[in-house]
Amino acid sequence: MSDPARESDAEARARRGRNIALALGLAIFVVLVFVVTIVKLGASVARQPF
Amino acid sequence: MAMSEALSTAAKTPAVRAPARWQDFLQLLKPRVMSLVVFTGLTGLVCAGQPVHPFLAGVAILCIAVGAGASGALNMWYDADIDAKMRRTRGRPVPAGRVQGADALALGVVLSMFSVMLMGMALNWLAAGLLAFTIFFYAVVYTVWLKRWTAQNIVIGGLAGALPPVIGWAAATGTVPLNAWILCAIIFMWTPPHFWALSLYTSEDYKKAGVPMMPLVAGAKSTRKQILIYSLLFTPLCLTPVLTGLGGPVYLAVAALGGLVFLLLAVRLFRSRAGDAQAQRKDDGLYDVKAGAKDARNLFAFSILYLTLLFATLLGEHLMGVKPLDLLL
Repeated sequence: MSDPARESDAEARARRGRNIALALGLAIFVVLVFVVTIVKLGASVARQPF
Repeated sequence: MAMSEALSTAAKTPAVRAPARWQDFLQLLKPRVMSLVVFTGLTGLVCAGQPVHPFLAGVAILCIAVGAGASGALNMWYDADIDAKMRRTRGRPVPAGRVQGADALALGVVLSMFSVMLMGMALNWLAAGLLAFTIFFYAVVYTVWLKRWTAQNIVIGGLAGALPPVIGWAAATGTVPLNAWILCAIIFMWTPPHFWALSLYTSEDYKKAGVPMMPLVAGAKSTRKQILIYSLLFTPLCLTPVLTGLGGPVYLAVAALGGLVFLLLAVRLFRSRAGDAQAQRKDDGLYDVKAGAKDARNLFAFSILYLTLLFATLLGEHLMGVKPLDLLL
């Protein structure tokens, strides 16, 4: 008899897909915040006298 | 419905049968609604006429889209019980048992916070505040309060769908002048004839779920009359951008000609017996139209085309630098 606590192949595939989607979402958010910072800082930095 | 009841309702939604895929979570965000919101939000942002860094403009539109998606997820969490009773919505991830209600709630809350915070940090806090208000209005005022309580649900709740161009305008300029509110008013006044035309031939579905749509509460005849009244107010309103320096000659032509067609279809619907027939065959598809309801379907379909044309024309005129007519201001 199969162990009910053990996840099936379909469950494992679905979980893997969800994890990849979540990782991609977080990575995109990090990149967005980084580029927004550069864009917003960029104008101010360019105006600084060196 | 009290929050405790909502939580218990969410708990009563079907047990998860199949493992949730990432596509199920994407479906919670109502991608089709998101695409409409992106379009109107972009129109507001471009019509504002203020140069915005292209990347920040993209972030603003992304935040509006994600905020709309978040409110969609919150709506699907709260409405799982009535969604399960309607043919149009019973296949949604929560009532179908593919996603647990608590997961839909968590996704909605997290995405709401992320979209509002990013909008505030990247653009400005007026746009972020308007986005937060829009999410709150759709998820709480419309979904929790109005939808199950009054036949005016889609009239008042329509404000949530009408605000994206205002958010886009605020994101670009940090202000919300009259022209931004005119765009909002156009969508707001468009909503009742659009949804009531649809509900004239889908009210059986709403009846099963106990949602007080206008044809069920006031009857088909009264609904047709109200559609005509709103159409008489809506079509002249579509011409106001020409008076306030927002629309140009192409917009005037599209708004005037389209408005005439809209009015014609509303008059034909008023004179029809759409929504009167109660008998419905069991094998009818959801959007199969009974003979008398053809006029309702025509107005519903044209309303989508007309609103799309209005906003696409404004967007095109501003992108191509067509000079507005500015007849009044």
